[in-house]
Parts: sequence; C-alpha cells; structure tokens
Amino acid sequence: MISDGRIVRLAERDRPPVRFSLDGVPCHALEGDTVLTAVLASARAVRVSEFGPEPRAGFCLMGACQDCWVWQEEGPRLRACSMPIAEGMRLRTLPPEDWP
Amino acid sequence: MTAAREASRPKVVIVGAGPAGMRAAETLVGAGLHPVIIDEGARAGGQIYRRPPEGFTRSPEQLYGSEAAKARALHALFDRMAADGLLTHHPRRSVVAVRDGQLHVLAENGVQAIGYDRLILATGASDRVAPVPGWQSAGVYSLGAAQIALKAQGVALGRRIVLMGTGPLLTLVGAQLLKAGAQVAAVLDTSPWHQQMKGLPGLAARPAVMLRGLVLRARLGTRYRAGVVLERIETDPDGPVAVRWRDSGGRENRTECDMVGMGWHLRAETHLADLTGCAFSYDRQWHQWLPQADRLGRAGNGIYLAGDGVRLLGADGAETAGRLAAAACLADLGRQAPAVDAGLRELARLERFARGVSRAFPWPAAMTRGLPDDTIVCRCENVTAGMVRASVALGGGEANRVKSLSRLGMGRCQGRYCQLAGADLVAAQAGCSPDAVGRFRGQAPVRPTPIGALLHEG
Ligand SMILES: Cc1cc2nc3c(=O)[nH]c(=O)nc-3n(C[C@H](O)[C@H](O)[C@H](O)COP(=O)(O)OP(=O)(O)OC[C@H]3O[C@@H](n4cnc5c(N)ncnc54)[C@H](O)[C@@H]3O)c2cc1C
Ligand code: FES
Repeated sequence: MISDGRIVRLAERDRPPVRFSLDGVPCHALEGDTVLTAVLASARAVRVSEFGPEPRAGFCLMGACQDCWVWQEEGPRLRACSMPIAEGMRLRTLPPEDWP
Repeated sequence: MTAAREASRPKVVIVGAGPAGMRAAETLVGAGLHPVIIDEGARAGGQIYRRPPEGFTRSPEQLYGSEAAKARALHALFDRMAADGLLTHHPRRSVVAVRDGQLHVLAENGVQAIGYDRLILATGASDRVAPVPGWQSAGVYSLGAAQIALKAQGVALGRRIVLMGTGPLLTLVGAQLLKAGAQVAAVLDTSPWHQQMKGLPGLAARPAVMLRGLVLRARLGTRYRAGVVLERIETDPDGPVAVRWRDSGGRENRTECDMVGMGWHLRAETHLADLTGCAFSYDRQWHQWLPQADRLGRAGNGIYLAGDGVRLLGADGAETAGRLAAAACLADLGRQAPAVDAGLRELARLERFARGVSRAFPWPAAMTRGLPDDTIVCRCENVTAGMVRASVALGGGEANRVKSLSRLGMGRCQGRYCQLAGADLVAAQAGCSPDAVGRFRGQAPVRPTPIGALLHEG
C-alpha cells in the first residue's frame, strides 16, 4: 500500500482508522500508529530544522535522537516516535506563531 | 505481606525492561524482593524483543524469526510477574537524572522522584552511526529505526531503500525488510572481506549464530557488497535520491533510493551510568568509552550494570548479565544469591564471539577522519567537520573544549550520534589517538525535559 508520504505499509493493515490534522489538513492513520508513522503516511517530514534548510523526519525511532519532535496546535510538543496517534490530534510542522 | 516486612525489604530499581532488565527482575523476585522496573516503552521487551502495540496481529515467529521462542518466554515471564504483583512496572517513563540516591523520572504528567537502595542499569544500546555527506536529510535513518518501523509498526520508511554501514544488524535488517516485501536496492558494507575473515576465530565461538548470519547474507544476493567506500548521499529538498559509492575495486556506482538506513554496529547507552559517577575506560576494539564494572556488573556505590549498556554481548549475553548483576546485588545485600559460575563461563564465550564481531565489522575510522570540511557531523545543530577542525586549531584537542567551541555534542541528541566521529576528527587534527581526546561528560537531563516539569517536581 503506497502512501503520499514516506512510508509503505507492509503488514498490519486491518486496523481501525484514526483521524487527525496536520497543518490544518485532515489526514488519517491507523489505530496503533505512532505520531511519526501517522504523519509520514501523509507527509514527507515532521518539522523543519532550526539550524539548516532541511526538513526532518526522525532518525532513530527509539527515543535517543529527539529529531522527531512535532508541534501541536495547542499543548506541548510531542516526541513523535514514541507517542501513539489519537483521534482528533491537531499537529503542525512549524512552531505556533506565538512561539518566542 | 505485612507493612513492617514490606518496609524492611531493600528497594532495588531497574532501568530498562530489555532482556537484561527482565532477567535481573526475575532473579530478584526469586529471592523474595519486589523490584521496581522503569522503561520508556509501553510494553516490556527492549530493542530486540520490542513488542508492537496492543491489537497488532503478527506472531512472534513473524516478528522475531529464529529468536521467537526466547521472545515468547521473556514476555510471558515478565507479564506473569507483573500480573502477580511481584514487581512494579513503570512503562512509558524516562529516567532523566540520578542524584543522591534518587531517580528523576519523566512521565506524561511531569517529573517524579523515585528513591532506591540499589540501582541496576540495563539501558541497552543504540546504533553506532558515522556521518556520511548528506545524512542530515529527512529520509535518512539509523538501521535500528528501519527495524523498529518494521517490527513495531509494520512499515518500511521508504519505497526504495539503501542500507549502509557494517555489522550483524546490517545484514539482518536487509533480510527482514526483503522478507516483509520492501524494495531493498543495495546493502553496502564498509568492511572488506579480508577484514571480515579476521573475525572468524572469535565468531567460531557461536557457530550456529555465524551460520545464520551467512544464510541471511545469501538471501541478499548481489544487493550485498563488501568493502564499499561511501562517497555521499545525494539529496533534493525532499530527501535522499541516490547513494554514490565505490566498490572494492574502486569503480564508481550510483544507486537510486528515497530512504537510507545506516549503522556501524552498536554504541552502549551510558548516560545514566555516567551520572551515577561510574568510571569509564576507552575500549579500542569497540572504539568507544565504556563504564567500568566487575565481571558480575558491580560498578560500586550500589550501582550495577547489565546488558548492552556496559558490554555489547547481544541479547543472550544480556539475559545472562542481567541475572549476574542481580546476583551480585543480592550478595551485597547479604541475601541468598544464586550461583554465578555457569553464567560467568557463558559470558566468557559470548565475549569471544563479540570480539570476533568487533574485529570483523569495525568502525570506519579512516572514513570519518577524511570527511570533507562541509560534511555535517552533528545533525542536531548542523556542526560541520570543518568547524570541528577549526575548534581544534583554536582550543586544542580535548573533547569538552571542542564541545564548547564548536557546539558539537550540545544538541538535542546529547552527543549520542556525533561524539565518536567527532573524536576521530579531533584526534586526526591534533595528531593523537581518539582516547587521548577524552569523552564528553554526561549531563542531566539525559532526555529533553520541559522546564515546567522540572519546576513542579515533587
Ligand atoms: C535498534 C536496535 C535493534 C536491534 N535489533 C537486534 C536484533 O534484531 N537482533 C539481535 O540479536 N540484536 C539486536 N540488537 C541488539 C540487542 O538490542 C541487544 O543485544 C539486546 O536487546 C540487549 O538487551 P539489553 O537488555 O541490554 O538492552 P535493550 O534491549 O536495548 O533494552 C534497554 C531498555 O532500556 C530502556 N531505557 C534506556 N534508557 C532509558 C531511560 N533513560 N529511561 C527509561 N528507559 C530507558 C529502553 O527503552 C530499552 O527498552 C538491536 C539493537 C538496537 C539498538
Ligand atoms: S526519531 Fe529519534 S527520538 Fe524520535
């Protein structure tokens, strides 16, 4: 199953859908996806690097590199590789405007 | 159990619920203690025996292959001990600091302090990664990441994959991805055949494991190339588009891809051991700094180390080391401890094998020393090889001076993925060996912790 994003789902495809939004665009993922899997099923990156031009999409998937932090419309940033996606999450790849 | 007896039992806390932590817990429970075990994962298992979320349906055979029986046994053992109330499991919690006999533990709702009388650190390892020009691009991952995505989520991280690096995990991840139906374009091993042969005497300590590796390698067919020189990952704003490399005969190649997985075997996760004040020594063969402990894992001051976080012996070695560390802990508490002789003999055999692995699949020191100046070494803050070299010219070849001048190792991964290559660059520039460069001192918190959570610590 090929997605618009980065990942290819190879197994465990029969899971109930979960809806969330990314930069205001409605997206869907599957129950049990991490936030990282959910985002990369629809998009090519989770954030933009503060130190260079490249977008970032995680690196270690095991909580060691902290490359995968993603913003929420409200509430704290999430470490996408270790946080499960939840129905109604509103995520964004850029910091909210009022971020100092 | 009466409250008085409960209070008189020493409190042993284990960090890490991989094979080492789970066997340590079993040994303590067997001696009548009630250990507390803390892990970031939602379910106990650690790296190799990592479990997918509830509701996933692949069998242990599909997930763990030849190691399925061991995975089943460990998961069942741990779940039974937890269900019977013989231990306290704190999942989804990160230990971010250790101070004065207390762990500072980050959960979703803030930081909590957990005291201990004895502490067993079984924190495992992560990929040992070397920079390759272009590796900061989105879509470049560690080999472990590629495996975790497959195991825990059932996904491939790209449509056309190139794997690079060296070590058992390189072959294993390639074979696992192929079997699951992913498109693997090339598996590029920087260790040449003649180097791999040098590991044979050690590898022969576990003939079955060596044979399994060869069978997996055969499944990769002509995708697998040994003795490769990696030139760069070509990228566009979206991610990788190809890998440029030279084969063992020096011929240029270009393999198209949209995802790269990289890793040069493993790097022990030692930040917490560092915070507890463990002594470290440089291990030339593993090309990294490792915490010091006696054969059973005793590091002094009531701290015990077990598993890949102290010696990279693999999953079977981690189980044995977990039992031994708990036995040492029990003996030190003046309790009846299980015999350790058989375990020590087993560790010695696994050590021979592990030395063979480290010989056959070495860290690519020549590659890291020769990185072009514009190569990014720290992918957290885009510190380049040229900036590291310039800081040596300015402040000399000492790790922590280089760190403050160049910001190498100050980023969000806290040096986990840049320190080893950084030390090579500094050593080459200063004309010394990597161990003379020293090591970055560990700093708390070992995971980014929201300021609010620290302020409200209770
Ligand atoms: C990504 C990866 C994949 C691997 N795959 C294989 C494989 O397929 N086959 C194989 O033979 N070997 C594999 N290995 C090697 C294998 O991990 C080990 O041999 C074995 O798992 C080591 O067991 P352990 O108990 O020492 O540590 P681990 O199994 O790594 O367990 C360590 C645990 O500690 C936890 N932890 C660490 N720091 C903290 C903290 N600060 N707070 C809370 N929890 C913490 C981690 O979440 C983890 O669950 C892999 C290693 C890695 C890094
Ligand atoms: S990808 Fe490394 S911490 Fe999430």
